[in-house]
Amino acid sequence: MASDAMAPITLRAPKIISELSRQRLAAARWFLLPMLAALSVVAGWPLLRSIYFSFTDASLTDLYGAEFIGFGNYLRWTTLASGKTIYRGLLVDSAWWNAVWNTLRFAFWSVSFEAVLGMIVALVLNAEFRGRGIVRAAILIPWAIPTIVSAKIWAWMLNDQFGILNDLGLRLGLLSQKVAWTASADTAMQAVLIVDIWKTTPFMALLILAGLQMVPKDIYEAAELDGVHPVKQFFAITLPLVRPALMVAIIFRLLDALRIFDLIYVLTPNSAATKTMSVLARENLFDFDKFAYGSAMSTLLFLIIAVLTILYIWLGQVRFDGGDR
Amino acid sequence: MKMNTLLVGLLTSVTLVMGTAQAAELSMVSGDTGTGLEFLRGQLDKFEADTGNTVTIVPMPSSTSDQFGQYRLWLAAGNADIDVYQTDVIWAPQLAEQFLDLTDAAKDVVGEHFPSIIESQTVDGRLVAMPAFTDAPALYYRKDLLEKHNKTVPTTWDEMTATAQEIMDAERAAGAADMYGFVFQGNAYEGLTCDALEWVVSNGGGQIVEADGTISINNPQAAAAIDRAASWIGTISPEGNLAYQEEESRGVWQLGNAVFMRNWPYAYQLGNGDDSAVKGLFDVAPLPKGDGEGARSAATLGGWNVAVSKYSPDPEEAIKLAMYLSSSEVQKERAIMQSNLPTIVALYDDADVAAAQPIIPSWKEVFLNAVPRPSAPTKVKYNEVSSLFWSAVHETLSGNGSAAENLEVLEADLTELKGEGW
Repeated sequence: MASDAMAPITLRAPKIISELSRQRLAAARWFLLPMLAALSVVAGWPLLRSIYFSFTDASLTDLYGAEFIGFGNYLRWTTLASGKTIYRGLLVDSAWWNAVWNTLRFAFWSVSFEAVLGMIVALVLNAEFRGRGIVRAAILIPWAIPTIVSAKIWAWMLNDQFGILNDLGLRLGLLSQKVAWTASADTAMQAVLIVDIWKTTPFMALLILAGLQMVPKDIYEAAELDGVHPVKQFFAITLPLVRPALMVAIIFRLLDALRIFDLIYVLTPNSAATKTMSVLARENLFDFDKFAYGSAMSTLLFLIIAVLTILYIWLGQVRFDGGDR
Repeated sequence: MKMNTLLVGLLTSVTLVMGTAQAAELSMVSGDTGTGLEFLRGQLDKFEADTGNTVTIVPMPSSTSDQFGQYRLWLAAGNADIDVYQTDVIWAPQLAEQFLDLTDAAKDVVGEHFPSIIESQTVDGRLVAMPAFTDAPALYYRKDLLEKHNKTVPTTWDEMTATAQEIMDAERAAGAADMYGFVFQGNAYEGLTCDALEWVVSNGGGQIVEADGTISINNPQAAAAIDRAASWIGTISPEGNLAYQEEESRGVWQLGNAVFMRNWPYAYQLGNGDDSAVKGLFDVAPLPKGDGEGARSAATLGGWNVAVSKYSPDPEEAIKLAMYLSSSEVQKERAIMQSNLPTIVALYDDADVAAAQPIIPSWKEVFLNAVPRPSAPTKVKYNEVSSLFWSAVHETLSGNGSAAENLEVLEADLTELKGEGW
């Protein structure tokens, strides 16, 4: 109801706002109010608190006795007697930048694979065949399993001694010896990527499928009559028309991938090859006596995600109202 | 009708008042391994029958690092849902402020326990946790395989390496393709700190941070010890050992796929269970020693304690529970049923314990070699010290740099972390 009322206002606001639409606008604001209040309590307040803590020397043993220390957690320097200046803090912490790099790498590869595979799955599901309903439901199962559960399942499947993947690989002759997927630094990131792609491709497929179903069938009929090759049909018709849906799906996944935590925490909790920003922040917040430093990490994590999202929306010219360009 | 409601109300309020005075609903957390939780439930049932209280177990993951993070968070938030915590021996200095002082409650029994353990749980004169059992690892070895290949129980790491390699090769040639020589805890977590501390101490390489706070880890003997361990990965130990915690190594061992294993006493009882492939085929010995000056057998002191949260709504009953779980009666059952080592000295000479678990009296020897982790000198920074240490060791085991290189960086990191003082 509310969106029906709002749509004409946000899309093409008439030059002279009538009394009726003014009333509708006022009503819409009232409808928004509870959501804004809830958001500011569950998202805004914690965010401000973390930012505040990142400028203090807070410790978990004594949260309320924290004192303000300015930017010390981010960057501070001391000049030694010899005249040499040493820098300390998050901005020069190699562990942090390693985590940032891991996160970006993970986000890039997982979202790329998921977009391509999701597109393929969506195209298959968009075709008419018997039992399509069942297949559509079945393909959603990985997405429906809680991450912590699927991560544990995969941890056992990837296990070097008891894991089914090694067993299959050996029997089929694909592997010459058992591989310790999660233990070895070379394969740890691949292992995490495999599980994430398995889990979130259905989500991507679903969003793209919704876009595909809005593509009018008559365009294809016209293309067929003109004898356009199916591959060309895909790139000339399908892809441009599902682009808005695809871009929105990618940004959802990108946001998700940049704050990845649970999967890595279960599969490879302490491996420097896969430690992401969230995993590192949690470690500093709770395991180490560095609550303020961990808060500084959370704040930077927030800023990095915000910047990347804005860049993506700006460069990709994404519009969230379903239109394109 | 009205009369009835009034009566019900009155009765409820009476039971409620009585309830808080006599029967409390307590919760305790435990991240025990193997059949530990089952055993705990059995003991709690007895406590419930004796006191009328009810106790709920909140199960936690078995990794001590995972538990710590959660507990720290709950305690910082003043969580009143958990009354009793099962705490690792290294946590006392870090969580001391959040636990009740048990000195008064324990004054009659405190003398029965090993003084060093009581000392480890005493912070600034407050006894913050009661010991429930202690832990010191040993070398598990396959008697049958050693006999078959005419080998003796190794007393040095080099001997262990050679024996493991030889038996592994011979067994593999005979068709046991999954046979390995040695499994230990090589995942990057607190367990690796325990394992690596043993290698270093047994090689005369110091205790990472000494009791007076000096950082001693960067020395050639420590580096040699860790390099030796790195040579095991991919030879006598599977490469996956880099991700093993206690239960994964026990898994390989209990399927009969390892000649040697480094593990805690709990694996003894489980290894002799009916579903075990190595039932009756193995025995334990003190961990091997290294070479060079000051080399000796070393075992990292582990162990679990029970602490009472200062946010508990029923501190009196919770303290009773803590005292019960650390009592001689429970510790004896624990020793007999779980092969956990008692912290009460007299139980090592107890006839019933000796009959049921003949290894426990012999563990006294292992226990004498026990080394504490540097949690006392490094205080609230211990977790980070440990994390830096296990990361440096894990890097070396994974083949990223030699031990000497990684220890040099570790020393610099520790010095920075220490700052003005721990």
